[in-house]
Amino acid sequence: MRGANAIIKALEMEGVRHIFGIPGGAIIEVYDALFDSEITHILTRHEQAAVHAADGYARASGKTGVAFATSGPGATNTVTGIANAYMDSSPIVVMTGQVPTALIGNDAFQEADITGITMPITKHNYLVTDATKLPEIIKEAFTIASTGRPGPVLIDLPKDVTIADIEFNYPEKIDLIGYKPKTAGHPRQIKRASELIMKSERPVILAGGGIRLSEAQEELLKLAETIPAFVVTTLMGKGAISETHPLCLGFVGMHGTKYADYALHEADLVIAVGCRFSDRTTGRVSDFAPYAKIIHIDIDPAEIGKNVRVDVPIVGDAKLVLKELVNHVQYKQRKEWEDKVNDWRRSYPLRYIKEKDKIKPQFVIEKVYELNPDAIVTTEVGQNQMWAAQYFKVKHPRQFISSGGLGTMGFGFPAAMGAQTAFPEKTVVDIAGDGSILMNIQELATCVDYHIPVKICVLNNAYLGMVRQWQELFYNERYSATRLRYEGLSFEKIAKGFGAVGMTVEKPSEVEDALKEAFEIDTPVLIDFWVEKLENVYPMVPPGAALNEVIDKEV
Amino acid sequence: MRHTIAVLVENKPGVLARISSLFRRRGFNIESLAVGTTEKESISRMTIVVSGDDKTIEQVMKQLNKLVEVIKVSDLTQDSVERELALVKVAVTPEKRSEIIEIANIFRARIVDVSRESFIVEITGDEDKINAFIDLMRQYGIKEISRTGKVSMARGKRTV
Repeated sequence: MRGANAIIKALEMEGVRHIFGIPGGAIIEVYDALFDSEITHILTRHEQAAVHAADGYARASGKTGVAFATSGPGATNTVTGIANAYMDSSPIVVMTGQVPTALIGNDAFQEADITGITMPITKHNYLVTDATKLPEIIKEAFTIASTGRPGPVLIDLPKDVTIADIEFNYPEKIDLIGYKPKTAGHPRQIKRASELIMKSERPVILAGGGIRLSEAQEELLKLAETIPAFVVTTLMGKGAISETHPLCLGFVGMHGTKYADYALHEADLVIAVGCRFSDRTTGRVSDFAPYAKIIHIDIDPAEIGKNVRVDVPIVGDAKLVLKELVNHVQYKQRKEWEDKVNDWRRSYPLRYIKEKDKIKPQFVIEKVYELNPDAIVTTEVGQNQMWAAQYFKVKHPRQFISSGGLGTMGFGFPAAMGAQTAFPEKTVVDIAGDGSILMNIQELATCVDYHIPVKICVLNNAYLGMVRQWQELFYNERYSATRLRYEGLSFEKIAKGFGAVGMTVEKPSEVEDALKEAFEIDTPVLIDFWVEKLENVYPMVPPGAALNEVIDKEV
Repeated sequence: MRHTIAVLVENKPGVLARISSLFRRRGFNIESLAVGTTEKESISRMTIVVSGDDKTIEQVMKQLNKLVEVIKVSDLTQDSVERELALVKVAVTPEKRSEIIEIANIFRARIVDVSRESFIVEITGDEDKINAFIDLMRQYGIKEISRTGKVSMARGKRTV
């Protein structure tokens, strides 16, 4: 069998149904083999978008996403997408074409050392030099990408490898001598954790993206209700518990809710599950949860003790550990603490000033939520992302898809495309800013071409809003290089030019009708909401401040 | 503090690059690195000397363990035999010749190349011994030094 055919056959055996990518000279053989396959290929208009789409597909569905690119510039264009998936532990396999093995190292046309380039941003990568190893390597790649702490794996395919004739034997299982993710938590540590929980008067669960990755939402809910403990989440953990649940305090950190920040700061016990204590979550790390003992449950031992001190480390899969842990704890009433937290929740709700003649960005999100609470929401990065996180209350962990670790502007739209591909029947909304959306706007062509009816809500404030907010608050309103709008720029016309539906909304009274109309239409829609330009995201934990130093706007 | 870490890795192309890339990216500081094959052909052993506080060393070991091609990571700082090897080319004159041979003998070093103007002396031992020898050789004029990184093995029953 030709190497290229073996690759496609292996992907079929892995259950791959969709691939996002762009062909080119070095990967043309693989595309030739793909021509006869049942796998649907979606031709994106930029390789970065192909990888983000595969990432969004993976986050929405739990299946490993797959992206193709050719050698050289095709491969280097995947780098941001790969780094993004790496930071957020998203399982994807990226396959790149490469110049023939005989030419590697000779600076051949469209040659780039993509395995060298992606070494620090992949969980693992391969340069295939022996075609007979293809089946084994692909099996390994999918295993590594999707197990343990998931992450991106890249396979670089020299052209001669894709042409070579090989025997196809796809291994059912592989044994990697140096790769044995630990899944069950240590019983003694679980016992110790349960003792701390039973002693605690002010327990708070901090849930991260690991809940989604290990599908541990039910176990988490059970633990939270049994103890009972309030749950705060990281941005990646949004939806780990339904945000409408009375124990859920929303997301915590730089722009999280004030009551989540306070609860985490005042806790006497933090039960952290599947999170890595990023600086955006902890605030000033030396003052993080100063009164608390910390239990840290994570499948990646390197995350434990990396950023914060930990009293009880538990290495293991969140689902298995939580399932076991809940057996060792009993209900205990903690009325004083409950009252205190509920009091904070009443006193410091998320809020903004509504105005009659100005569209507030928060209002747009509220309307999206009101009209379509079950939509899958993706976000770009910046103010749009934070407002979406604050005002869209998600119910399950695969409902909110956002670039957390890398903070990649331009992620949301292609990610929405990927999520929509996985769930054609659902409504998928990308909450965008007028800066971010331009970073992958070309994918409107893909969406129209493949009938992927993503809805894009551009919160157009004419600025790189989050940077502008920092300039306003911390740089004496010196708005250096953050203004975006100019006479003649029309997102509506851009959308129409691609063959999508474009709308412009300038009045608050039009917001609801525009959204209703967009949700009725079965094609991609971009709505350009001209929102209040100088609106800031609050609450805010200023950079370098502790969580209890959160600031809020006077309302 | 300095730690000596032994790392068993799969003997595959690119493994060394992966490990050095990890050290660079995470800001860990390699002081020396030695690589060679083991009793199994498919496995190589690296001995890495790295300096840092306890937290850093813990991260070094955990991050190394995460690499797919890394099989085992052990800290051999305590209770182990450590050796380096150095080749020292030292200038000789007829008057100093016997003096240098005598010092080499005291250090159990071997003279492995002899010419009219120079010796190459091969010396093995721990770092301090080699440093002491090199210091003594300076007075005669050192032309060249080539040193290996440290290799290390736990004493007694313990194996990596």
